[in-house]
Amino acid sequence: MTSSLPSPSRVLATARRVLRQLAHDPRTIALLLLVPVLLLVLLYYVFDADRTAFDPIGAALLGIFPLTTMFLVTSIATLRERTSGTLERLLAMPLGKADLILGYALAFGALATVQATLATTVAVWALDLDIAGSTWLLLLIALLDALLGTALGLFVSAFARSEFQAVQFMPAVIFPQLLLCGLFAPRDSMQPVLEAVSNVLPMSYAVDGMREVLQHPEVTADYVRDALVVGGSAALVLAVGAATLRRRTT
Amino acid sequence: MTDPAPPGAVHARDLTVRRGPRTVLSGLTFDVRPGTVTGLLGPSGGGKSTLMRAVVGTQAHVTGTLDVLGRPAGHPDLRRRVGYVTQAPSVYTDLTPRQNLDYFAAVLGVRRAERAGHVGRTLADVDLTDHADDLARTLSGGQLSRVSLAVALLGRPELLVLDEPTVGLDPVLRRDLWDLFHRLAHEHGTTLLISSHVMDEADRCQRLLLLREGRLLADDTPDALRTRTGAGTVEGAFLHLVETGAAA
Repeated sequence: MTSSLPSPSRVLATARRVLRQLAHDPRTIALLLLVPVLLLVLLYYVFDADRTAFDPIGAALLGIFPLTTMFLVTSIATLRERTSGTLERLLAMPLGKADLILGYALAFGALATVQATLATTVAVWALDLDIAGSTWLLLLIALLDALLGTALGLFVSAFARSEFQAVQFMPAVIFPQLLLCGLFAPRDSMQPVLEAVSNVLPMSYAVDGMREVLQHPEVTADYVRDALVVGGSAALVLAVGAATLRRRTT
Repeated sequence: MTDPAPPGAVHARDLTVRRGPRTVLSGLTFDVRPGTVTGLLGPSGGGKSTLMRAVVGTQAHVTGTLDVLGRPAGHPDLRRRVGYVTQAPSVYTDLTPRQNLDYFAAVLGVRRAERAGHVGRTLADVDLTDHADDLARTLSGGQLSRVSLAVALLGRPELLVLDEPTVGLDPVLRRDLWDLFHRLAHEHGTTLLISSHVMDEADRCQRLLLLREGRLLADDTPDALRTRTGAGTVEGAFLHLVETGAAA
């Protein structure tokens, strides 16, 4: 195994290639950018009679959307890379695994930034999402969530043989986190075992981080912890995902 | 025979590959000479693709000796020096041929200023200039495999390993590709290892390796094979070798 440092030019070339692929697929881009916005609008009217209930759930969703969409996009994209033979070809060239993974992370991170900016702008300006803290802190968590989604998608694509299987990993990997992240019930009111499980799931920290920004005007210690946990989980899963990129056919 | 510095572009001694319980290649010993076009012929399922993967270093469970350009197969230094084209075209179908080549050229370290020219020349080599900016998904099978071949040509590799590059191509294109292969060998000294299950492509090669059921039947020139077996064609020679159970 070669443990060379990532090369900036190869990382950038990979990111540009991934974005060019997406550019040939305008419908996917439109879905990626517009669906979160439309869902937020939908949610706004779901809480038509009780506006105060919109804020905590709306803020949590701003973190959950990038995680979920990047998970899906990455798992399908890397599955294609594995099954089309292009991964085998790239790994037979002077391309390090880190170049490939960082290239993907950069491309999808850029896309996630656009998505999160759009969703946050609409939530704050059009839907009167009332946040005490800075919008930038909200965006930072959203971006870390997107990286976590990219990392998880890359990792599970190693266990999928087809796109059908890859899509099924979404309910398997994302839904449990969604149920336990504190969106539906406060985590400390859950059955103790579930609460303990929710303590080790990264989405819990993503949602908690969003709530911190919602409630506090300043950067709290909890926010810093949440950001570190989400970012750290993303880095860890990316490293494990890198190990699933094999150079050899068995 | 002891040979301190193996001269072969590929140097195999007692090469064996197991996939699960099955022995896919057993005890192959051969050399591929530098700057030649060597054909790897034999029926489908005979181990041709496995042998090619072993040579480019992407096959696991390889035992015996396998040196490529003087280094053990799969050595990181070889990644720049060996080009490999799989049977199924390995390109991005949601990019154009030009965008595909541009990306792979960047991975190979071709500098930005030189990339466009290099990509354009390589597209011309495989006769794809007219389709350079079509989405690869819309190309025919033959065009797509030429995009895949063009990617391998980008790095001007010293050894080019091509898995069935001419399958499904029309005769004119097939001739043009074989001309290109010989031009590469003559002008750049490239060594080419080309597999085919079509025996009538044998005469396009300077040397042949006949492979069947994981064993090497012959390692010779087309003429010598015919003379040795008394057969009129390489196909006849192949049958003769199978029936007499002869080994190389």
